[in-house]
Amino acid sequence: MERFVRVTNVRRLGALTAASVLALGLAACGSSNDTTTDSAEGAPSGGAASTDWAAAQSAEDGGGMDALVTAAKAEGTLNTIALPDTWANYAAIKKAFTAKYGIKIHDENPDGSSGDEINALKSTKGQDSAPDVVDIGNSYALSGALEGDFAAYKVATWDDIPEGQKDEGGLWFSDYGGYISIGCDAAKISVPCPTTIAELDNPKLKGKVALNGDPTTANAAFNGVWAAALANGGSATDIQPGIDFFKKLNDEGIFNKTQVSPETVASGATPVVLDWDYLNVGNTAALKKSGVTWTTTVPADGLVSGYYAQAVNADAPHPAAARLWEEFLYSQDADGGQNLWLQGAARPIELVAMEANGSADKAADAALPKVDDSNPFLPTEDQITKAKDAVTKNWSAAIS
Amino acid sequence: MAILPTAIDAPSGAGNRRPRSRARSDVASRTGASRLSWLGLVPFFVFIGTVFLVPIGFVVVQAFQRTTSGEAHRDPVTQQFVRATETHTTLANIKESLEGVYLSSLGTSVKLSAITAVLGAILGLLLAYAVVTSRGSLLKQVVSTAAAVTANFGGVPLAFLFIATLDANVGVVTLFLDKHFGLSLGDDLGVSLAGLSGLALVYLYFLIPLMVLVMMPALEGLKVQWAEAAENLGASRWQYWRWVAAPVLLPSVLGSLLLLFCSAFSAYATAYAINSSAPLVTIRISSVLSGNVLSGQENLGAALALNMIVIVLPLTVVYQLLQRRTSRWLA
Repeated sequence: MERFVRVTNVRRLGALTAASVLALGLAACGSSNDTTTDSAEGAPSGGAASTDWAAAQSAEDGGGMDALVTAAKAEGTLNTIALPDTWANYAAIKKAFTAKYGIKIHDENPDGSSGDEINALKSTKGQDSAPDVVDIGNSYALSGALEGDFAAYKVATWDDIPEGQKDEGGLWFSDYGGYISIGCDAAKISVPCPTTIAELDNPKLKGKVALNGDPTTANAAFNGVWAAALANGGSATDIQPGIDFFKKLNDEGIFNKTQVSPETVASGATPVVLDWDYLNVGNTAALKKSGVTWTTTVPADGLVSGYYAQAVNADAPHPAAARLWEEFLYSQDADGGQNLWLQGAARPIELVAMEANGSADKAADAALPKVDDSNPFLPTEDQITKAKDAVTKNWSAAIS
Repeated sequence: MAILPTAIDAPSGAGNRRPRSRARSDVASRTGASRLSWLGLVPFFVFIGTVFLVPIGFVVVQAFQRTTSGEAHRDPVTQQFVRATETHTTLANIKESLEGVYLSSLGTSVKLSAITAVLGAILGLLLAYAVVTSRGSLLKQVVSTAAAVTANFGGVPLAFLFIATLDANVGVVTLFLDKHFGLSLGDDLGVSLAGLSGLALVYLYFLIPLMVLVMMPALEGLKVQWAEAAENLGASRWQYWRWVAAPVLLPSVLGSLLLLFCSAFSAYATAYAINSSAPLVTIRISSVLSGNVLSGQENLGAALALNMIVIVLPLTVVYQLLQRRTSRWLA
């Protein structure tokens, strides 16, 4: 009697804050080789037709940007996976790429999870329909790199991606992210919209406060629990206070377990939602059309950020188009991927560099929820694994 | 494949043209047909093999495997990691799948499915009996059509239907009770959609119609003559039910009960939409296999799936045996 229905918002919750985690994790892997490959050196000069783009580790490596564009146009198609139109401005990004280069995009399984993306990569290996590129949570980026799923590639703006947010060999690189935020419909609650985690514990919010999914499935929910931990004396090594906080909310009847979707928000079934800020902000325009004023605040007492990562399939059916897509996503141009993400309220990974060199879309940047994050929360991979174990073991009992 | 139609066509073709030799050619073509008739089953077995047997095989194998890997080194040219991996056979996945939250989720799934199956069976049987014995044929048609539709109605749409009706914030019934009677659905009446009782209620929405659907033919199979014969022999109404109807119906009722159990046991999307942290084994499997948080636990997922198969498989065998008994009387 199982009905296989995809729930839109379940997508890729898995991104982990792992930024520095990665650096540490990789260092721990014992890779001591200096990556001193000079990409320009030994590149075939200009011979675009003969370039093996599947082996190219940068655009220069394959003969330059023009050669890449030519080769990608000749391929004509790009296979992506799990890029929903309503997620981080992906509708506009896909459209802009096709308009600029005339390359068609086939997006498979738009509502899939990071796990689904890696499964697809492995199960369609060598086929024309295999995804060329993936957009996945950090733990999946790390494991995929170790398993040889990804090709090494460094975009032109590689140096603007902060250290710790990329694999030193170019197997994956963070793309966009955001902070855990509190989305709220003031009309559906009897108190002002909560702006901190602590304010969620209010008897007047009975049945109102929801997480975006289950924390063992959804990365947004997992990080929501961690944000609650930070607000209640927890730390990178201790997520338990977050679990206890939600146990308390559940005992008081405040915690709402309904699976959050734009529909439940519009109807008022989930009037207060802990979720990534770009998803809360991203829903605002559509909700406005249904007459709902949705506000988003990043809680100062639980600052947790998380980024997704890009990776190119090692066996991409369209190797040049895959690499051109990455160049497009990491372009700092006004109509490039970084600014398009920013316009979708997602924080592009090169934002700090772009603010410095003046290429960031100022209006979009100013519209981001305000965050004063002088001491960023960056748990290590080991700490993340332990936090996941704790949540897996204790969550279900805590809120049943 | 070209042989197949010819072989099958042979009897009628031969019979039409040469009526006198019909018997002989019939025998010949029949043996020919039976030699090739298994070909007709090929698509079925290919289907069963690819969507059922092969995946089960993978689940079983993966449930007993685990891969460990050595230290990774980066190849300086390709930048790829190189490491030795070793896959070995182990009971570790099974052990883990029968501990802590995974064991309790399996228990909760069994409990919820058993309770909803029994309730669904009782209520569905009563409803089916009422419909079968009613005089209005229109009512019968309407109910059986409605049952056929609602028995297949589930997943997220069904969950939204219940959220719109009983949700603590926006449910129509919730608001109505609050406005007109000052009653809170959750506090005063103890109804919580996200709780197990709420899930049971939602499951019953498709389990009762399913029971009606499978029991109506069985109830219609009860011959009026049996009741009349029993009455002529001096049996009371109770004696008729106890000694005639119940033994005839029992196998199909038990069979349907198992069907309902399996139906509830495998439900996932409905529960997920109502309570994404519902303590059910299907939701654990999904978070292990296709979530965004727990990576690299595919073998644990296979072990969890295997546990479900181990529970359902004997029930399926019993169901088949019961079906055979059912068909003795209610063919």
